[in-house]
Amino acid sequence: MADVTATDVAAPLAPPKLSGAIAFAARRAEGLVIPLAALIAGMAAFSLFLLALGKSPTQFFELMWRGGFGSWFSLQNALLRATPLLFAALCVALPARLGLTVIGGEGAIVLGGVAAAAFGHWLSGLPAPMVILAMGLAAMAAGGLWIGAVGALRHYRAVNETISSLLMAYIAIALMNQLVEGPLRDPASLNKPSTHPLAEAYRIGPIPGMDVHWGLVVGILACVACWVLIDKTRWGFAARVAGGNVRAAQIQGLSVGPLIVGFCALAGAFAGLAGMFEVAAVQGTANASLAIGYGYTGILVAFLARQNPLGCIPVAFLLGGIAAAGGLIQRRMGLPDATILVLQGMLFITVLMSETLYGRFKIFNPDRWKRAA
Amino acid sequence: MEDIGLWGVPLAILGGAIRVSTPFIFVSLGEAVTERSGRINLGLEGTLVFGAMAAYAVAVETGSPWFGVLAAMAAGAGFGLVHGWICSFPRVNDIAVGIALMLFGIGLAFFFGKPYIQPSAPPLPAIGFGDWSDIPQVRAALNVNVLFLFGAALALALWWGFKNTKIGLIVRVVGDSADSARAMGLSPTTVRLFATAFGGALAAIGGAYLSLYYPGSWNERISSGQGLMAVALVIFARWNPIGCFAAAMLFGGAGALGPALQSVGVTQGYYLFYAAPYILTLLIMIATSSPGRQLAGAPGELSITK
Amino acid sequence: MTDLTISRRSLLKTTAAGAALGLAGVPAFSTRARAAATTVGFIYVGPKDDFGYNQAHAEGAKALKAMEGIELVEEENVPETVDVQKTMESMINLDGASLLFPTSFGYYDPHVLAMAKKFPDAQFRHCGGLWDKSKHPMNAGSYFGYIAMGQYLNGVVAGHMSKSKKIGFVAAKPIPQVLNNVNAFLLGARAVDPTITCQVIFTGEWSLAVKEAEAVNALVDQGADVITCHVDGPKVVVQTAANRGAFVCGYHASQAPLAPEKYLTGAEWNWATVYSMYAKHALAGEPLPNFTRGGLSDGFVKMSPLGPAVTEPARKQFEATLAEIKKGGYAVIKGPLKDNKGKEIAGAGKAFPETAIELESTSFLVEGVLGSTS
Repeated sequence: MADVTATDVAAPLAPPKLSGAIAFAARRAEGLVIPLAALIAGMAAFSLFLLALGKSPTQFFELMWRGGFGSWFSLQNALLRATPLLFAALCVALPARLGLTVIGGEGAIVLGGVAAAAFGHWLSGLPAPMVILAMGLAAMAAGGLWIGAVGALRHYRAVNETISSLLMAYIAIALMNQLVEGPLRDPASLNKPSTHPLAEAYRIGPIPGMDVHWGLVVGILACVACWVLIDKTRWGFAARVAGGNVRAAQIQGLSVGPLIVGFCALAGAFAGLAGMFEVAAVQGTANASLAIGYGYTGILVAFLARQNPLGCIPVAFLLGGIAAAGGLIQRRMGLPDATILVLQGMLFITVLMSETLYGRFKIFNPDRWKRAA
Repeated sequence: MEDIGLWGVPLAILGGAIRVSTPFIFVSLGEAVTERSGRINLGLEGTLVFGAMAAYAVAVETGSPWFGVLAAMAAGAGFGLVHGWICSFPRVNDIAVGIALMLFGIGLAFFFGKPYIQPSAPPLPAIGFGDWSDIPQVRAALNVNVLFLFGAALALALWWGFKNTKIGLIVRVVGDSADSARAMGLSPTTVRLFATAFGGALAAIGGAYLSLYYPGSWNERISSGQGLMAVALVIFARWNPIGCFAAAMLFGGAGALGPALQSVGVTQGYYLFYAAPYILTLLIMIATSSPGRQLAGAPGELSITK
Repeated sequence: MTDLTISRRSLLKTTAAGAALGLAGVPAFSTRARAAATTVGFIYVGPKDDFGYNQAHAEGAKALKAMEGIELVEEENVPETVDVQKTMESMINLDGASLLFPTSFGYYDPHVLAMAKKFPDAQFRHCGGLWDKSKHPMNAGSYFGYIAMGQYLNGVVAGHMSKSKKIGFVAAKPIPQVLNNVNAFLLGARAVDPTITCQVIFTGEWSLAVKEAEAVNALVDQGADVITCHVDGPKVVVQTAANRGAFVCGYHASQAPLAPEKYLTGAEWNWATVYSMYAKHALAGEPLPNFTRGGLSDGFVKMSPLGPAVTEPARKQFEATLAEIKKGGYAVIKGPLKDNKGKEIAGAGKAFPETAIELESTSFLVEGVLGSTS
């Protein structure tokens, strides 16, 4: 699924005239109208599901709005839940540019969290900015090594990256448990084995005026940076070429190996940062709660965003909001928590099906207007 | 019960391989057929979980575990058809649709499975191949569920069938090149639709084994990713049904290592022993792969290996 | 953004007022209840019907449903991260909850503590945490039960019923609450026969069906003939052990219906006692206790009725020990006692009764337990 529309849009003909502006808008509109229509279709299908069970769709979506988006509290709730998903999605979207399907971001998140917690403890006493920076770098290094290894195995040993990343996610979680309950355990952590808690000074606080920590800002910046990397730099161009056809890329003199390892390592580094923020801004320590599936939800976000880093931002926000409203729906409507999974599944399916609609509507394609005229 | 000491470890690995491997066998065999036709269905974890729920619920309602298995197969085939149908549209990504259906299947299973957590369902029968032995541990290890035997037979049948039957040939041709399939007058879309439905039905049997035999109960934590892992094992087994069976046995046996070692006194570092199946699989993959040999046995149309 | 919120809020108010007017003639059961009600929120880490930890709490919560003036809100499958913080906040902000019971251990630090600081008007009572007056907010608190005494009684019955003199324990993680249970199970059995040993297998996760079943098989293969466990949902352990012909002792809730012939007894929570106590205080407007602990005599913990297989001598010693424990001050951990690495835990004459606070940070397995804490 090469992202044809995005590249087309990136190099528009300069629109000097009004008709040019309309053509420009029409091209842009396709990428907005189709996903939105797909979301609406998914919600309609889900409404039928609810009606069949004798539940009220209006009440459901009213609660979804109230719990996920409709107030300052709910909005922040959604943003907070979206934060780790931004990083986790990048761990899928970056390798996807090279045609790789990495599904083991969970492992990099977990190890990033452990590395951050360990460094935060070892460097205790140093100035806070230095320690926080070191924690971030340690987390990125741990995650980067983990997914970088997946890329290296892929290129130099031809080990399928989908399996190896999944296997390595399980191994990473085992490693985390062994470390957290063994050498890195804080003896005072009693009934929930954890690493030594970070000193208050090394915690990452909320954005002023908000309940959401700084991870959100870093996550959005990371998405923007990845978009620039892919769409505006020669590395990104090289990655897209290699993703299309490795041999063609080699003929053009691109060194595909370092490119693959580099992109994978960067992807892992971002996932590692998710773990670091989980430790430094949420838990204050590393423990088994690092592995609660952000990595897997990230796959969903990346695919829904069609592997476009900028697209990951609204999609993560949407999924964050749905998750935020889940509790309210469970409590008010007596629906099981799995209702949210059903809804996500339906939305995801309709959005994926809508992929087939791109390029089919004349209205979004100004070139075909002329031909018709 | 006799004291068998350290002999408990190999016995546990054998017994564990038989007990634990069955879901992996069914899911990977089903996925092997789907992938041989040129499609990957990453959503079999969802099918497995839904199959576990459907089998348990129907077994509770009807009193017959076999009706449960049939219901699971029907549901699994249904998920497979949905996957095949959605992927038949141009430019729809089969990996992504798989992930979507994984969510959807798990969601539906948990949604409709709530009332069936408490009741008890009748279990699937087992055959005591170890009854010749006086040692209870041997008898227990060789108490083999009929689904395991069915899975073993199916692996052989599929291996033979891919080579020697017309259907096997059709699936392989479609998987290797859609263009040549069309030239032969075959419809790749239809073949893949049925191959995916077949894969879904088998994956759901894997789920039925979990809920109706071992560990034999329905709850929301019944699967620990067997469906996802089994899909990975197919690539590991290079799309060979016998290889899928062997990989599943290896994986199941390695999974029994952790508890068995603890029971004979190797108690340090059990998390790492629990990760043994994953570490072992990864090491074998690294050892047996090399650039250039990568595509050996891979269906040419498969998006994941292109 | 702010404008939007305000207009929405006033809109909601208007709607509510309209609805109230419209309902004026109707017997206003809901409005009255709402006006006077104390809303109590329960949060569970897993599904409410897991035959174990969460079910025990949900059954306790059910006791409040019948109480006049209490409104109950519940949420299940809430992970121990920002999710639980936001659930608490949402229950307070959107449901008007004023008393919260986040029931999983991992919710306490930092999540319950953070929310207690943020919402000084709400009350938080947490299961299993160690509330500390010098460090923790006054509107937080913790409760727990001396359930290890129940595992001790399980052990007494197991000691009588075991022929192989080997008993087995399937444990999730090596944490104090679990280690106390393992130690008590063995010491109970050793009160019957001091040669008995107990093999423990850690599965490493609170809920992992296949691994739990494998652990039971490994234990039975090594000769254990009475099995108990400490995992979130003991259903799989009980069924697998019974299928292998071993006796089982239950945990958290009664699993007797799952294996009627092989089930000996079980250590069960009786959270209804605790939750009703808190609710009564809340309704009366009295301050809630911050640190609550209780055992068999307080009705925090109860034993499943003895199963049909339990022999007469086992029943006698079980009942005598239970009576002794209910008198209070009974010590399971008492000197001379060594851990399973040979280090002395308690010298002769030293005893730790169930109320001893040291037991909440146990880090050892006693002599006779085969297994290791890391």
